[in-house]
Amino acid sequence: MKKDDFSFTLDRREFIKLVGGGIVVFFTAGDPLALPQQRGRGYPEDFNAYLKIGEDGRVSCFTGKIEMGQGIHTSLAQMLAEELDVPLNSVDMVMGDTALCPYDSGTFGSRSTKYFGPPLRQAAAEARGILIQLASEHLGIPAEKLTAKEGAVTARDGSGKKVSYAELARGKTIERHMAEKPPIKHHSEHIISGKPTDRMDSEQKVTGEAKFAIDVRLPGMLYARILRPPAHGATLKSADTKAVQDIESVRVYEDGDRIAVLHEHPDMAAKALEKIKAQFEPSQPRLDNANIFEHLVKSAPEGSVVTEKGDLPEGKGMASQTLSQTYFNHYVAHAPSETHTAIAQVEGNKATVWASTQSPFRAQAEVVEALGFPPENVRVITPFVGCGFGGKNQGNQITEAALLAKWSGRPVQVAWSRKEEFFYDTFRPAAVIKIESGLDSAGHIVFWEYKNYFAGDRSSQPFYNIPHHLVLSMGGWGGRSGGSAHPFGVGAWRGPGSNTNVFAIESHIDVMAEAAGMDPLRFRLHNLTDERMKRVLTAAAERFGRTFAKAPSGKGYGLVCTDYLGTYVATMAEVKVDRKTGAVRVERVVCAQDTGEVINPEGARMQIEGCITMGLGYCLTEEVRFKDGRILDENFDTYTIPRFSWLPEIETILVDNPDMPPQGCGEPAITTMGGVIANAVYDAIGKRMFTLPMTPARIREALG
Amino acid sequence: MDKNIRFRLNGKTMDLTSSPDRMLLWVLRSDLSLTGTKYSCGEGFCGACTVLVDNEPVMSCQYPVRNIEGKDVLTIEGLKKNGKLHPLQTAFMQHNALQCGYCTPGMILGAYALLLKNPEPSAGDIADAMEGNLCRCGSYNRIIQAIQTAARMMRGERS
Repeated sequence: MKKDDFSFTLDRREFIKLVGGGIVVFFTAGDPLALPQQRGRGYPEDFNAYLKIGEDGRVSCFTGKIEMGQGIHTSLAQMLAEELDVPLNSVDMVMGDTALCPYDSGTFGSRSTKYFGPPLRQAAAEARGILIQLASEHLGIPAEKLTAKEGAVTARDGSGKKVSYAELARGKTIERHMAEKPPIKHHSEHIISGKPTDRMDSEQKVTGEAKFAIDVRLPGMLYARILRPPAHGATLKSADTKAVQDIESVRVYEDGDRIAVLHEHPDMAAKALEKIKAQFEPSQPRLDNANIFEHLVKSAPEGSVVTEKGDLPEGKGMASQTLSQTYFNHYVAHAPSETHTAIAQVEGNKATVWASTQSPFRAQAEVVEALGFPPENVRVITPFVGCGFGGKNQGNQITEAALLAKWSGRPVQVAWSRKEEFFYDTFRPAAVIKIESGLDSAGHIVFWEYKNYFAGDRSSQPFYNIPHHLVLSMGGWGGRSGGSAHPFGVGAWRGPGSNTNVFAIESHIDVMAEAAGMDPLRFRLHNLTDERMKRVLTAAAERFGRTFAKAPSGKGYGLVCTDYLGTYVATMAEVKVDRKTGAVRVERVVCAQDTGEVINPEGARMQIEGCITMGLGYCLTEEVRFKDGRILDENFDTYTIPRFSWLPEIETILVDNPDMPPQGCGEPAITTMGGVIANAVYDAIGKRMFTLPMTPARIREALG
Repeated sequence: MDKNIRFRLNGKTMDLTSSPDRMLLWVLRSDLSLTGTKYSCGEGFCGACTVLVDNEPVMSCQYPVRNIEGKDVLTIEGLKKNGKLHPLQTAFMQHNALQCGYCTPGMILGAYALLLKNPEPSAGDIADAMEGNLCRCGSYNRIIQAIQTAARMMRGERS
């Protein structure tokens, strides 16, 4: 092996010391987002993950992915155990450690199982081949007369001759790059993958032993509180830190407008910060929840064509009815249970950072830049992450902790308060969708013109059979394409783009169904040619067991279907609306999902249930209120997220499709919630809600 | 002014020297390094920091340590007895009643307090008692099932 292969963060000797002996197989996970040209300088280009069979027989999978609740800690282990023929409980997942794990672009977009899983299987198959070869030499039996099972290689002849993986790995250091793609098992042979499996991290989590970044304790560590502006755009005029300087055991950091206080206890640091008298220049933005949509449409970039087909004028000529509507969606917060947190330790020109992040390698690069240390001297370790949902793709707490640790010479924790979390979070962007569509006299959709302001284009591609369509995207959900028009940071939020798009598209499909004189289910089937989508819709409808009638039927039934990056979802719901208070009560949700081959059916159901539950929030209550750069919702007293009492009966259906490679599962179902509840509310009260969230006040207003 | 505060923590007598105004959450997490009790909202709106004081659930982020003098404090670290998981812990595992797991200690302690008062709670009883405990991952339905399973186990019925 060339030395270059270990150019990630440690030199080869140190790497081997950390990883230990055994059999190591390197491989490349084929995520298009992790292609070499998109990686930082100095990262290896020939592999981005590896697995190891240790001398104790334990199997470790090293990946830059992280576990934030989505369950890949279990499902990836299942894929590995299956292909390597080892018991599931002999697998250890080593995740998100930049020193031990090769580069990974981050954990987002429901991509881990889809893109990381298949090469992981191949690497495991490669390792099994190596073990069988070693066993052949060890036992003096030809490889074709051997078989692997439960962590050992056994003679097929029934002689009982057998050698364990541990024995084969002992005293060896074998490194192998996966060159060709070895054949993997057919799903019909699976005994671990595809079987409902309990979470492998749950014992640690029910005992309180599981460590999150916020739980890391180091000798001599200090907790930092940082002076923050009262509003986005406000700048520090002056700060009087004298009252704090006098407190014993508090250290005060001042560098321009960056002021922090550090103490051995986090509450004492917070108390000390309150004593700083600071004056800020108010911010300029004159935006709030009432004028934001107008502002966004006005400041939208020219945009780009997402997809087009046929000829719109021709489609318009075919239409016997034209329907135009505009849909609105407000800002929402990720509101992770664990706020953004980091703990940094700096020794000489070496730094170690424990971070609550979805992107440990991005964090590492940021620390390298902030401290000016060589990349190989900066290690980011990601313990369990307490929720992410896209919000932890970034976060300044990491470099703040690193800078303060370097300055103070002590380990420093920066954990955002809930108020800071609601201030520095990258919210899901507010967005506006304008749709014009047409029907012919037979109830076929003949044209579809879709203008998307700032939602992002995901899930905006029509999957109905429409001869003439044009989909335009003016401003994305984050980064350069979407950031500047908003008064604060925006970014990916579980199912980015899609939550808004599916709400608008599927609300509008219902608008057309009514105009066509059809019930919502029949209208969809009438306009679908995609057999896979029809199958998912039918599966949901059978379980739902209610007959849809032309809306509004007064019954409160709603349905939605969508394609989220290859995962097909159909969701049906039953709601009750209190006409006096405007409160919506979701009674029942049925969700059918075809996500290709399912690795952990139990895990998939948990993700779908979580999506439905979390999704109730952005449907009904969640909206970040702001004015002139100030965030008015700063905690869970006014920013209302779903609670126990909200919970509907939830039924999940995993539509069997094992011949299709596994697709993503962490996000698809949440994208259906806005549309399905809006459609159910319309069916209940005959008033269409064009704005999310459907708060009691908005429902009362609609009812007049 | 620091004060000596004597209390029982997970069954053991402790002497704590602290300002009596400090909140129990921070004393547990930073002075005593018991990190199973979580910080999440800091203002008593989410239940992640729930611990028991004399078998009553309290939000430790709002509970000054002067109030624990002479009392019994139970945290998640004290639930396992002689290496054996509490039925609530076992039931949460059986039902996969967690995802990220951050709210889990507070959920389990809230449920523990409920089952002391009501050994056979309905789903509605559980929702009422636990309404102040938030789970952003959305495991509520499974948590309700886990609590009912644990209740059956504790009543000596087969789960």
